[in-house]
Amino acid sequence: MRSSNLKTENKKLKEKELSVKSKTNNLSIIRDFICNAATEIGFPSEVIDNIILAVDEACTNIIKHAYKSYPEGEITVKLKYADKKFTIIIIDHGTPFKPETVPDPNLQTYYRQHRIGGLGMYLMKSLMDEVKYVSVPGKYNRVLLSKNLNTSP
Amino acid sequence: MAEFSTSTKDAGDINVIYLNGYLDAHTAPVLENTFSDLIDKRKYSIVVNFKNLAYISSAGLGVFMAFIEKIRENSGDIKLADMSDKVYNIFDLLGFPLLYEIFKSEEDAIKKFNEIK
Repeated sequence: MRSSNLKTENKKLKEKELSVKSKTNNLSIIRDFICNAATEIGFPSEVIDNIILAVDEACTNIIKHAYKSYPEGEITVKLKYADKKFTIIIIDHGTPFKPETVPDPNLQTYYRQHRIGGLGMYLMKSLMDEVKYVSVPGKYNRVLLSKNLNTSP
Repeated sequence: MAEFSTSTKDAGDINVIYLNGYLDAHTAPVLENTFSDLIDKRKYSIVVNFKNLAYISSAGLGVFMAFIEKIRENSGDIKLADMSDKVYNIFDLLGFPLLYEIFKSEEDAIKKFNEIK
């Protein structure tokens, strides 16, 4: 019984990887990559939309903040699916990021200060089950996002 | 590559911006230019029609934040219309309905502008 379950899961995505340069015109390539994998796993369409947006936000932050819009940086997106959990790991080699220094956005403050960034992190936390950052200065930054197949959108 | 474009309609005192396609960090400058052009022409009463917008990320939402104050200082407004549930949910999650009036249809948004006068 258990083995037949495993068989079905093995047919689905186990691990995939995509590397692109840190240019905003690659965001659509990353979104398509995520869309295909999440569809293959069998997430409902509204959850797929949320995962795509969360990954777009993470990569947009990497392009703008880690690489400061330098277009030749590398962004690697690794996908894993195991135990009904879809994990997306995004690696860059730009400036380290300290997530604890980013407060949750207050829209009224943004409005007054003309601040237009910072919303992405809040979206990622809202849309995913798990968001974790690890920075090894001088080596890499890693964002881990995960979504369980059976949780609500 | 994701496509995005805008078109505009001059409806007298009110201008409508139509959004088409995917609005992300790559394509947000296209919408910024559309707003800048209208503001340069002193057009401050703007309805944005979302009917053909397939996708928006926070970089796209940021464009609305960037122009709203300048527009309201000039007694204008940005009113949003005809959003899909998918796009509305993202606006809602970030609290945008507190800052922007969102209408079911472009006609309703235009009507609201006309009521004020």
